[in-house]
Amino acid sequence: MNAPREPGVQTPILDLATDFPILARPVHGRRLAYLDNGATTQKPAAVIEAEARFYRESNANIHRGVHWLSQHATELYDGARATVQRFLNAARADEIVFTRGTTEAINLVAQSWGRPRLAAGDEILLSTMEHHSNIVPWQLVCEQTGAVLKVIAVHDNGELDMAAFEGLLGERTRLLAITHVSNALGTVNPVAEMTRRAHAVGAVVLVDGAQAVAHQAVDVQAIGCDFYAFSGHKLYGPTGIGALYGRAELLRHMPPWQGGGDMIRTVAFDNTTFAPPPQRFEAGTPNIAGAIALAAAIDYVQGVGLGRIHAHEQALLDYGTRALQDIPGVRLVGTAQDKAGILSFLVDGIHPHDLGTILDAEGVAIRAGHHCAMPLMTRFGIPGTARASLGLYNGLADLDALVAAIHKAQALFGTRGGTAPGKGRAA
Amino acid sequence: MSDLQDSLRELYQEVIFDHNRNPRNYRPLPAASHHADGHNPLCGDQLTVYLQVEDGVVREASFVGHGCAISTASASLMTEAVKGKPVAEVEALFRDVHALLTEGREAADPARDFGKLEVLSGVKEFPARVKCATLAWHTLHNALVGEHETAHTE
Ligand SMILES: Cc1ncc(COP(=O)(O)O)c(C=O)c1O
Repeated sequence: MNAPREPGVQTPILDLATDFPILARPVHGRRLAYLDNGATTQKPAAVIEAEARFYRESNANIHRGVHWLSQHATELYDGARATVQRFLNAARADEIVFTRGTTEAINLVAQSWGRPRLAAGDEILLSTMEHHSNIVPWQLVCEQTGAVLKVIAVHDNGELDMAAFEGLLGERTRLLAITHVSNALGTVNPVAEMTRRAHAVGAVVLVDGAQAVAHQAVDVQAIGCDFYAFSGHKLYGPTGIGALYGRAELLRHMPPWQGGGDMIRTVAFDNTTFAPPPQRFEAGTPNIAGAIALAAAIDYVQGVGLGRIHAHEQALLDYGTRALQDIPGVRLVGTAQDKAGILSFLVDGIHPHDLGTILDAEGVAIRAGHHCAMPLMTRFGIPGTARASLGLYNGLADLDALVAAIHKAQALFGTRGGTAPGKGRAA
Repeated sequence: MSDLQDSLRELYQEVIFDHNRNPRNYRPLPAASHHADGHNPLCGDQLTVYLQVEDGVVREASFVGHGCAISTASASLMTEAVKGKPVAEVEALFRDVHALLTEGREAADPARDFGKLEVLSGVKEFPARVKCATLAWHTLHNALVGEHETAHTE
């Protein structure tokens, strides 16, 4: 039931679902329409195989053994770092620190860059649309140092209030911590422009790239930011691995935030010296297999081409936006000009949680709730939204399944046509 | 139709829709002797339960708040069920409903007649939704035992 295509509207170009074994698995007896890519993405066979192959053929600890396998594993791990470096276009491989994911990368910056440097009255600038993982680490560091948070407002359409941003920048601004793409609204923020403005007042800039890297090409040198964080599992890679990009001059002057093996140069009870970055920030045995499988995910994504992935997802976004807007009673939350493939919406008279349950029974996997962005939900005066988030393997059929399932929910709730009976609550 | 579709229809029955659209006893109670707040941060469900207890009997029960159909209907049905009951009986009902929703009919008192509340047992097939149905009941319990911490179901 594809709607007739309007002239000038792009057509989805990728057909890669068969690369992802899990997508062949029916759910509740239905074809799975997996539209929860903002939470995590599915993994292509190439990634699953890379992780298995490491354990089958190459497993050993790294940086520790003179034996052949250890050297082999070390080479693969270092190679993975070089892959991430090229992926983000970082100038040097030692600007890439492996972490458990975005959350750990942001906490690393908060504790290792922020805590020793921030003082009472210093200002950390972030926005209303941040994920909790780009809010709470800064609240912790504020408690520890007396620094304060300043929050950039969001317009009704989900775009940042750039005038408010300009107004908040000042000589006390020490850090701008901003999401590249909003996980709840899909808004793509002008991070390069914001970085320039923040640098002009001497602030350091961290960009949360969790929702960006799988959907558009990212070049940290073109953005100009000082830190960039992302998670492997939202990039078709495994859970438990991600990376922090940090400019070499900053990383060099940051103390370790966790102690242990692999992060030291020499240890004595009266004096321990630390390894240079990135090892300084990777205490203990890292997620070696995860890093190698992350590199396989990057190879996969780059093999497809981020330009093509972006064009494909934009075409789906256009199609999905129109289709949802055509359903009476459906309201989109987040309609920024520059948007990634995220459709957050509300259906009159049906709470997002009920909708999520009903859609699930139709084989349509979406997320319902506050999306770890409670301040943003408060800003919009809603408890949460239903969110369909796109990935490279989605097609028009997934969006058609979403639309059909919403119609079913409206029929079940008796709210077809968008009227919510009895919305005025009688006692 | 899949099993899940059947379960869905068992949960989303007319009673649930009716109480969701027109929640009973949906108002604050200025004369309340007991009240407590409940919050399910995962869903954003939030409610306040008010009770007016006299001589050990719940004379009035009401609630306000917002949430999904399951949590709203559960709260509405609950206020109807507890009105006029001695506090000890309300506490016993709380335990039985909790058992019904989390463990199943077998776990509750075999002699218990749940009446309309039986419909809530449909959530058992939807583990992610059990907390929606139990929120009002935990909040009721907190109100009775004078626990002024917000009840949380996460
Ligand atoms: C914008 C944004 N930032 C940060 C995170 C946290 O990522 P992770 O849980 O992988 O550390 C997420 C994931 O939900 C996100 O969407």
